[in-house]
Amino acid sequence: MSDGKQTSPEGPSDPRTKLVTTRREFLNEAAAAALGVAAIGSMVVTYGYLSPNVLFEPPTTFRAGNPDLYAPNSVTFLEEQQVYVVRTENGFYAVSAVCTHLGCVTQWKPEFGQIACPCHGSKFRPDGTKIEGPAPRPLPHFAISLTADGDLQVDKLETVNPGQALKA
Amino acid sequence: MANSFTITPALERLRATRVWKSIFRRGPALTNRTRSLAVFGNLFLHFLPVKVREKSLRVRASYYVGSISFLLFIVLTVTGVLLMFYYHPAVPQAYRDMKDLRFVVSNGVFLRNLHRLAAQLMVLAVFWHMFHVFYRGGYRPPHEFNWVVGVVLLLVTLFLSYTGYLLPWDQLAFWAITVGTNIISAMPLIGRRVRFVSLGGNLVGENALLRFYVLHCVVLPLIAIVLVAVHFWRVQKDGGLTVPEEDDGKGN
Repeated sequence: MSDGKQTSPEGPSDPRTKLVTTRREFLNEAAAAALGVAAIGSMVVTYGYLSPNVLFEPPTTFRAGNPDLYAPNSVTFLEEQQVYVVRTENGFYAVSAVCTHLGCVTQWKPEFGQIACPCHGSKFRPDGTKIEGPAPRPLPHFAISLTADGDLQVDKLETVNPGQALKA
Repeated sequence: MANSFTITPALERLRATRVWKSIFRRGPALTNRTRSLAVFGNLFLHFLPVKVREKSLRVRASYYVGSISFLLFIVLTVTGVLLMFYYHPAVPQAYRDMKDLRFVVSNGVFLRNLHRLAAQLMVLAVFWHMFHVFYRGGYRPPHEFNWVVGVVLLLVTLFLSYTGYLLPWDQLAFWAITVGTNIISAMPLIGRRVRFVSLGGNLVGENALLRFYVLHCVVLPLIAIVLVAVHFWRVQKDGGLTVPEEDDGKGN
Protein backbone atom coordinates (compact mmCIF):
# COMPACT_ATOMS: atom_id res chain seq x y z
CA MET A 1 0.00 0.00 0.00
CA SER A 2 0.98 3.64 0.35
CA ASP A 3 4.51 4.10 1.66
CA GLY A 4 3.73 7.61 2.89
CA LYS A 5 5.77 9.43 0.26
CA GLN A 6 2.62 10.94 -1.16
CA THR A 7 1.76 13.12 1.77
CA SER A 8 -1.30 15.17 2.44
CA PRO A 9 -1.00 18.96 2.17
CA GLU A 10 -0.51 19.26 5.93
CA GLY A 11 2.91 17.62 5.63
CA PRO A 12 4.47 14.41 7.01
CA SER A 13 3.58 15.25 10.59
CA ASP A 14 -0.11 14.97 9.81
CA PRO A 15 -1.44 11.78 11.53
CA ARG A 16 -3.61 11.05 8.48
CA THR A 17 -0.47 10.64 6.30
CA LYS A 18 -0.27 6.85 6.61
CA LEU A 19 -3.94 6.42 5.91
CA VAL A 20 -4.19 8.54 2.80
CA THR A 21 -3.96 6.81 -0.55
CA THR A 22 -4.20 9.15 -3.45
CA ARG A 23 -6.33 8.27 -6.44
CA ARG A 24 -3.16 8.08 -8.57
CA GLU A 25 -1.54 5.63 -6.17
CA PHE A 26 -4.64 3.51 -5.98
CA LEU A 27 -5.02 3.34 -9.76
CA ASN A 28 -1.31 2.59 -10.23
CA GLU A 29 -1.47 -0.24 -7.75
CA ALA A 30 -4.68 -1.58 -9.22
CA ALA A 31 -3.13 -1.50 -12.70
CA ALA A 32 0.03 -3.25 -11.46
CA ALA A 33 -2.05 -5.92 -9.74
CA ALA A 34 -4.14 -6.42 -12.89
CA LEU A 35 -0.96 -6.79 -14.97
CA GLY A 36 0.40 -9.28 -12.45
CA VAL A 37 -2.79 -11.34 -12.57
CA ALA A 38 -2.75 -11.22 -16.38
CA ALA A 39 0.91 -12.30 -16.46
CA ILE A 40 0.31 -15.26 -14.15
CA GLY A 41 -2.86 -16.13 -16.05
CA SER A 42 -1.09 -16.10 -19.40
CA MET A 43 1.60 -18.38 -17.99
CA VAL A 44 -1.03 -20.82 -16.74
CA VAL A 45 -2.84 -20.71 -20.10
CA THR A 46 0.44 -21.23 -21.98
CA TYR A 47 1.32 -24.19 -19.77
CA GLY A 48 -2.10 -25.67 -20.48
CA TYR A 49 -1.66 -25.04 -24.20
CA LEU A 50 1.74 -26.77 -24.24
CA SER A 51 0.43 -29.88 -22.41
CA PRO A 52 -1.10 -32.05 -25.13
CA ASN A 53 -4.50 -33.61 -24.39
CA VAL A 54 -4.35 -36.26 -27.11
CA LEU A 55 -1.23 -38.31 -27.64
CA PHE A 56 -0.45 -40.51 -30.61
CA GLU A 57 1.76 -42.83 -28.63
CA PRO A 58 1.73 -46.66 -28.61
CA PRO A 59 -1.15 -48.03 -26.51
CA THR A 60 -0.20 -48.84 -22.94
CA THR A 61 -2.42 -51.94 -22.83
CA PHE A 62 -1.56 -54.65 -25.30
CA ARG A 63 -2.12 -58.31 -26.03
CA ALA A 64 0.91 -60.54 -25.70
CA GLY A 65 -0.54 -63.54 -27.54
CA ASN A 66 -1.44 -67.03 -26.41
CA PRO A 67 0.29 -68.27 -23.21
CA ASP A 68 1.44 -71.38 -25.06
CA LEU A 69 3.79 -69.20 -27.15
CA TYR A 70 6.02 -68.85 -24.09
CA ALA A 71 8.16 -71.84 -23.11
CA PRO A 72 8.34 -72.69 -19.39
CA ASN A 73 11.20 -70.92 -17.57
CA SER A 74 11.73 -68.42 -20.35
CA VAL A 75 12.22 -64.67 -20.67
CA THR A 76 10.77 -63.14 -23.84
CA PHE A 77 11.52 -59.56 -24.88
CA LEU A 78 8.64 -57.82 -26.63
CA GLU A 79 10.57 -55.13 -28.48
CA GLU A 80 7.58 -53.11 -29.65
CA GLN A 81 6.19 -52.83 -26.13
CA GLN A 82 9.51 -52.74 -24.24
CA VAL A 83 8.32 -55.43 -21.84
CA TYR A 84 9.68 -58.83 -20.80
CA VAL A 85 7.13 -61.61 -20.44
CA VAL A 86 8.63 -64.09 -17.98
CA ARG A 87 7.24 -67.59 -17.52
CA THR A 88 8.27 -69.53 -14.41
CA GLU A 89 6.84 -72.56 -12.63
CA ASN A 90 4.60 -70.14 -10.70
CA GLY A 91 3.15 -68.59 -13.83
CA PHE A 92 3.52 -65.46 -15.92
CA TYR A 93 4.59 -61.99 -15.04
CA ALA A 94 5.47 -58.91 -17.08
CA VAL A 95 8.58 -56.83 -16.27
CA SER A 96 9.35 -53.43 -17.72
CA ALA A 97 12.34 -53.39 -20.07
CA VAL A 98 12.94 -49.66 -19.48
CA CYS A 99 15.85 -49.08 -17.14
CA THR A 100 14.87 -47.26 -13.95
CA HIS A 101 18.06 -45.19 -14.18
CA LEU A 102 17.60 -42.95 -17.23
CA GLY A 103 15.12 -44.74 -19.44
CA CYS A 104 17.26 -46.80 -21.82
CA VAL A 105 15.85 -50.10 -23.06
CA THR A 106 17.57 -53.05 -21.38
CA GLN A 107 18.41 -56.36 -23.01
CA TRP A 108 17.93 -59.95 -21.85
CA LYS A 109 21.25 -61.78 -21.84
CA PRO A 110 20.36 -65.51 -21.72
CA GLU A 111 24.04 -66.54 -21.48
CA PHE A 112 24.31 -64.71 -18.11
CA GLY A 113 20.69 -65.07 -17.06
CA GLN A 114 20.60 -61.30 -16.55
CA ILE A 115 18.86 -58.24 -17.88
CA ALA A 116 21.53 -55.65 -18.76
CA CYS A 117 21.30 -51.97 -19.67
CA PRO A 118 23.61 -50.84 -22.50
CA CYS A 119 23.71 -47.20 -21.41
CA HIS A 120 25.24 -47.22 -17.95
CA GLY A 121 25.69 -50.89 -17.09
CA SER A 122 22.83 -51.60 -14.68
CA LYS A 123 22.07 -55.31 -14.27
CA PHE A 124 18.86 -56.98 -13.14
CA ARG A 125 17.55 -60.49 -12.49
CA PRO A 126 14.65 -61.71 -14.66
CA ASP A 127 12.28 -60.90 -11.79
CA GLY A 128 13.37 -57.26 -12.06
CA THR A 129 15.43 -57.08 -8.86
CA LYS A 130 18.65 -55.11 -9.17
CA ILE A 131 22.02 -56.85 -9.23
CA GLU A 132 24.19 -53.78 -9.70
CA GLY A 133 24.58 -50.50 -11.46
CA PRO A 134 23.38 -46.94 -11.15
CA ALA A 135 19.69 -47.89 -11.41
CA PRO A 136 17.97 -46.71 -8.22
CA ARG A 137 15.02 -49.10 -8.27
CA PRO A 138 14.16 -52.61 -9.48
CA LEU A 139 12.34 -52.96 -12.80
CA PRO A 140 8.60 -52.62 -12.13
CA HIS A 141 6.11 -55.41 -12.77
CA PHE A 142 3.06 -54.65 -14.90
CA ALA A 143 -0.44 -56.04 -14.43
CA ILE A 144 -0.91 -59.17 -16.54
CA SER A 145 -4.22 -60.89 -17.16
CA LEU A 146 -6.02 -63.21 -19.54
CA THR A 147 -8.52 -61.92 -22.05
CA ALA A 148 -11.84 -63.69 -22.62
CA ASP A 149 -10.40 -65.45 -25.66
CA GLY A 150 -7.37 -66.71 -23.78
CA ASP A 151 -4.62 -64.23 -24.72
CA LEU A 152 -2.22 -62.64 -22.28
CA GLN A 153 -2.85 -58.93 -21.76
CA VAL A 154 -0.42 -56.47 -20.16
CA ASP A 155 -1.34 -53.04 -18.77
CA LYS A 156 1.76 -50.83 -18.59
CA LEU A 157 -0.02 -48.14 -16.60
CA GLU A 158 -0.69 -50.49 -13.70
CA THR A 159 2.33 -51.66 -11.74
CA VAL A 160 1.83 -54.60 -9.41
CA ASN A 161 3.58 -56.24 -6.48
CA PRO A 162 6.54 -58.32 -7.77
CA GLY A 163 5.26 -61.36 -5.87
CA GLN A 164 2.20 -61.69 -8.10
CA ALA A 165 2.16 -64.07 -11.04
CA LEU A 166 -0.57 -65.15 -13.40
CA LYS A 167 -1.11 -68.86 -12.86
CA ALA A 168 -0.66 -70.74 -16.09
CA MET B 1 44.52 14.29 -40.91
CA ALA B 2 47.90 12.80 -41.63
CA ASN B 3 46.38 9.33 -41.73
CA SER B 4 44.83 9.95 -45.13
CA PHE B 5 47.91 8.55 -46.89
CA THR B 6 46.93 5.06 -45.65
CA ILE B 7 43.62 5.20 -47.48
CA THR B 8 43.64 4.66 -51.18
CA PRO B 9 42.47 7.72 -53.10
CA ALA B 10 39.60 5.74 -54.65
CA LEU B 11 38.16 4.83 -51.25
CA GLU B 12 38.64 8.41 -50.15
CA ARG B 13 36.66 9.65 -53.11
CA LEU B 14 33.98 7.04 -52.45
CA ARG B 15 33.63 8.23 -48.87
CA ALA B 16 33.11 11.78 -50.09
CA THR B 17 30.20 10.81 -52.33
CA ARG B 18 26.60 11.67 -51.54
CA VAL B 19 25.57 7.97 -51.50
CA TRP B 20 28.19 7.06 -48.91
CA LYS B 21 27.21 10.01 -46.77
CA SER B 22 23.52 9.12 -47.03
CA ILE B 23 24.23 5.57 -45.82
CA PHE B 24 26.79 6.29 -43.12
CA ARG B 25 25.62 9.81 -42.26
CA ARG B 26 29.28 10.93 -42.17
CA GLY B 27 32.00 11.90 -44.54
CA PRO B 28 35.50 10.44 -44.27
CA ALA B 29 36.50 9.57 -40.70
CA LEU B 30 39.73 11.47 -40.74
CA THR B 31 39.75 13.18 -37.37
CA ASN B 32 39.25 11.78 -33.89
CA ARG B 33 35.92 13.58 -33.80
CA THR B 34 34.64 12.18 -37.10
CA ARG B 35 35.93 8.71 -36.16
CA SER B 36 33.97 8.89 -32.91
CA LEU B 37 30.88 10.07 -34.75
CA ALA B 38 31.24 7.18 -37.21
CA VAL B 39 31.03 4.74 -34.28
CA PHE B 40 28.23 6.57 -32.48
CA GLY B 41 26.15 6.86 -35.62
CA ASN B 42 26.30 3.17 -36.60
CA LEU B 43 23.66 0.82 -35.19
CA PHE B 44 26.07 -2.12 -35.18
CA LEU B 45 28.96 -0.21 -33.62
CA HIS B 46 27.30 2.26 -31.26
CA PHE B 47 27.57 -0.03 -28.22
CA LEU B 48 31.28 -0.49 -28.80
CA PRO B 49 33.87 1.93 -27.44
CA VAL B 50 35.29 4.72 -29.52
CA LYS B 51 38.69 4.09 -28.00
CA VAL B 52 40.15 0.90 -26.51
CA ARG B 53 43.08 0.61 -24.16
CA GLU B 54 45.98 -0.97 -25.98
CA LYS B 55 46.53 -3.61 -23.31
CA SER B 56 42.97 -4.95 -23.66
CA LEU B 57 43.63 -5.66 -27.34
CA ARG B 58 46.62 -7.90 -26.59
CA VAL B 59 46.07 -11.60 -27.27
CA ARG B 60 46.92 -12.48 -23.67
CA ALA B 61 44.26 -10.08 -22.38
CA SER B 62 41.42 -12.27 -23.61
CA TYR B 63 42.71 -14.83 -26.15
CA TYR B 64 39.71 -13.45 -28.08
CA VAL B 65 37.64 -16.45 -26.94
CA GLY B 66 34.59 -14.25 -26.34
CA SER B 67 34.85 -12.84 -29.86
CA ILE B 68 35.49 -16.33 -31.22
CA SER B 69 32.30 -17.52 -29.49
CA PHE B 70 30.37 -14.71 -31.18
CA LEU B 71 31.92 -15.47 -34.58
CA LEU B 72 30.95 -19.12 -34.17
CA PHE B 73 27.41 -18.00 -33.29
CA ILE B 74 27.30 -16.08 -36.60
CA VAL B 75 28.62 -19.13 -38.48
CA LEU B 76 25.99 -21.30 -36.76
CA THR B 77 23.19 -18.87 -37.63
CA VAL B 78 24.15 -18.75 -41.31
CA THR B 79 24.72 -22.50 -41.72
CA GLY B 80 21.67 -23.28 -39.57
CA VAL B 81 19.36 -21.16 -41.72
CA LEU B 82 20.77 -22.87 -44.84
CA LEU B 83 20.16 -26.32 -43.31
CA MET B 84 16.57 -25.29 -42.54
CA PHE B 85 15.87 -25.02 -46.28
CA TYR B 86 16.11 -28.82 -46.59
CA TYR B 87 15.14 -30.08 -43.13
CA HIS B 88 11.62 -31.14 -42.12
CA PRO B 89 11.14 -31.56 -38.36
CA ALA B 90 8.90 -34.61 -38.80
CA VAL B 91 9.16 -38.35 -38.21
CA PRO B 92 10.72 -40.09 -40.12
CA GLN B 93 11.48 -37.35 -42.67
CA ALA B 94 13.99 -35.64 -40.37
CA TYR B 95 16.41 -38.58 -40.50
CA ARG B 96 16.03 -38.87 -44.29
CA ASP B 97 16.66 -35.13 -44.72
CA MET B 98 19.79 -35.42 -42.60
CA LYS B 99 20.95 -38.33 -44.80
CA ASP B 100 20.08 -36.34 -47.92
CA LEU B 101 22.11 -33.42 -46.65
CA ARG B 102 25.07 -35.76 -46.23
CA PHE B 103 24.84 -37.71 -49.47
CA VAL B 104 22.56 -35.99 -51.98
CA VAL B 105 22.48 -32.21 -51.55
CA SER B 106 25.35 -30.29 -53.16
CA ASN B 107 27.73 -29.12 -50.45
CA GLY B 108 25.21 -30.38 -47.89
CA VAL B 109 27.77 -32.45 -46.04
CA PHE B 110 30.01 -29.38 -45.84
CA LEU B 111 27.29 -27.18 -44.35
CA ARG B 112 26.07 -29.86 -41.96
CA ASN B 113 29.56 -30.59 -40.68
CA LEU B 114 30.34 -26.88 -40.46
CA HIS B 115 27.23 -26.50 -38.30
CA ARG B 116 28.09 -29.51 -36.10
CA LEU B 117 31.75 -28.66 -35.65
CA ALA B 118 31.09 -24.96 -35.07
CA ALA B 119 28.53 -25.96 -32.43
CA GLN B 120 31.04 -28.16 -30.65
CA LEU B 121 33.72 -25.47 -30.92
CA MET B 122 31.30 -22.87 -29.59
CA VAL B 123 30.66 -24.90 -26.42
CA LEU B 124 34.43 -25.17 -26.02
CA ALA B 125 35.00 -21.45 -26.69
CA VAL B 126 32.22 -20.35 -24.32
CA PHE B 127 33.62 -22.52 -21.53
CA TRP B 128 37.14 -21.25 -22.18
CA HIS B 129 35.80 -17.68 -22.14
CA MET B 130 34.04 -18.34 -18.83
CA PHE B 131 37.12 -19.87 -17.19
CA HIS B 132 39.31 -17.04 -18.47
CA VAL B 133 36.97 -14.37 -17.11
CA PHE B 134 36.67 -16.26 -13.84
CA TYR B 135 40.40 -16.59 -13.27
CA ARG B 136 40.92 -12.91 -14.19
CA GLY B 137 38.34 -11.93 -11.57
CA GLY B 138 36.01 -10.58 -14.22
CA TYR B 139 32.98 -11.33 -12.04
CA ARG B 140 33.95 -8.66 -9.46
CA PRO B 141 32.28 -5.24 -9.24
CA PRO B 142 31.31 -3.53 -11.46
CA HIS B 143 31.07 -6.63 -13.66
CA GLU B 144 28.73 -8.76 -11.49
CA PHE B 145 25.67 -8.25 -13.66
CA ASN B 146 27.51 -9.02 -16.87
CA TRP B 147 28.94 -12.15 -15.26
CA VAL B 148 25.38 -13.32 -14.57
CA VAL B 149 24.35 -12.51 -18.16
CA GLY B 150 27.36 -14.55 -19.27
CA VAL B 151 26.33 -17.52 -17.13
CA VAL B 152 22.84 -17.40 -18.68
CA LEU B 153 24.46 -17.25 -22.13
CA LEU B 154 26.48 -20.35 -21.23
CA LEU B 155 23.23 -22.12 -20.34
CA VAL B 156 21.59 -20.91 -23.58
CA THR B 157 24.60 -22.27 -25.51
CA LEU B 158 24.23 -25.65 -23.80
CA PHE B 159 20.47 -25.72 -24.43
CA LEU B 160 21.07 -24.83 -28.09
CA SER B 161 23.57 -27.67 -28.29
CA TYR B 162 21.20 -30.09 -26.59
CA THR B 163 18.10 -29.21 -28.65
CA GLY B 164 20.13 -29.40 -31.86
CA TYR B 165 21.34 -32.86 -30.87
CA LEU B 166 17.84 -34.36 -31.34
CA LEU B 167 17.28 -32.99 -34.83
CA PRO B 168 19.18 -35.64 -36.88
CA TRP B 169 16.68 -38.12 -35.39
CA ASP B 170 19.19 -40.99 -35.28
CA GLN B 171 19.79 -43.48 -32.48
CA LEU B 172 22.35 -41.22 -30.79
CA ALA B 173 19.87 -38.33 -30.80
CA PHE B 174 16.94 -40.42 -29.59
CA TRP B 175 18.75 -41.97 -26.63
CA ALA B 176 20.55 -38.77 -25.67
CA ILE B 177 17.22 -36.96 -25.40
CA THR B 178 15.59 -39.94 -23.65
CA VAL B 179 18.35 -39.94 -21.05
CA GLY B 180 18.49 -36.15 -20.75
CA THR B 181 14.77 -35.68 -20.28
CA ASN B 182 14.76 -38.46 -17.69
CA ILE B 183 17.32 -36.37 -15.82
CA ILE B 184 14.79 -33.49 -15.98
CA SER B 185 12.14 -35.72 -14.40
CA ALA B 186 14.43 -36.20 -11.39
CA MET B 187 13.65 -32.58 -10.41
CA PRO B 188 11.62 -32.55 -7.19
CA LEU B 189 7.85 -32.06 -7.47
CA ILE B 190 7.68 -30.61 -10.98
CA GLY B 191 10.15 -32.92 -12.76
CA ARG B 192 7.64 -35.18 -14.49
CA ARG B 193 5.46 -32.25 -15.60
CA VAL B 194 8.47 -30.37 -17.01
CA ARG B 195 9.49 -33.51 -18.90
CA PHE B 196 5.96 -33.99 -20.23
CA VAL B 197 5.74 -30.40 -21.48
CA SER B 198 9.28 -30.42 -22.93
CA LEU B 199 8.59 -33.60 -24.89
CA GLY B 200 4.93 -32.92 -25.59
CA GLY B 201 4.25 -36.47 -24.44
CA ASN B 202 5.57 -39.35 -22.38
CA LEU B 203 8.26 -40.44 -24.80
CA VAL B 204 10.60 -38.93 -27.37
CA GLY B 205 8.38 -38.78 -30.46
CA GLU B 206 7.23 -36.41 -33.17
CA ASN B 207 5.98 -33.81 -30.68
CA ALA B 208 9.37 -33.75 -29.00
CA LEU B 209 11.14 -33.36 -32.34
CA LEU B 210 8.97 -30.39 -33.32
CA ARG B 211 9.32 -28.74 -29.91
CA PHE B 212 13.08 -29.10 -29.90
CA TYR B 213 13.20 -27.75 -33.46
CA VAL B 214 11.23 -24.62 -32.52
CA LEU B 215 13.36 -24.10 -29.42
CA HIS B 216 16.55 -24.65 -31.41
CA CYS B 217 15.70 -22.45 -34.39
CA VAL B 218 13.55 -19.67 -32.90
CA VAL B 219 13.28 -19.38 -29.12
CA LEU B 220 16.85 -19.97 -27.99
CA PRO B 221 18.55 -17.98 -30.80
CA LEU B 222 16.30 -14.97 -30.03
CA ILE B 223 17.18 -15.17 -26.34
CA ALA B 224 20.86 -15.50 -27.29
CA ILE B 225 20.80 -12.47 -29.61
CA VAL B 226 19.19 -10.23 -26.98
CA LEU B 227 21.55 -11.40 -24.24
CA VAL B 228 24.63 -11.10 -26.46
CA ALA B 229 23.65 -7.48 -27.22
CA VAL B 230 23.26 -6.74 -23.50
CA HIS B 231 26.53 -8.57 -22.80
CA PHE B 232 28.58 -6.55 -25.32
CA TRP B 233 27.01 -3.27 -24.26
CA ARG B 234 27.70 -3.95 -20.59
CA VAL B 235 31.34 -4.85 -21.26
CA GLN B 236 31.89 -1.25 -22.33
CA LYS B 237 29.56 0.37 -19.77
CA ASP B 238 31.38 -1.50 -17.00
CA GLY B 239 34.73 -0.15 -18.12
CA GLY B 240 36.07 -2.67 -20.59
CA LEU B 241 37.97 -5.92 -20.15
CA THR B 242 39.41 -6.95 -16.82
CA VAL B 243 43.15 -6.85 -17.48
CA PRO B 244 45.44 -7.40 -14.50
CA GLU B 245 47.55 -4.31 -13.71
CA GLU B 246 50.74 -6.32 -13.51
CA ASP B 247 50.17 -7.71 -17.00
CA ASP B 248 52.49 -5.48 -18.98
CA GLY B 249 52.34 -7.72 -22.05
CA LYS B 250 55.94 -8.88 -21.59
CA GLY B 251 54.98 -12.07 -19.79
CA ASN B 252 55.12 -12.71 -16.09
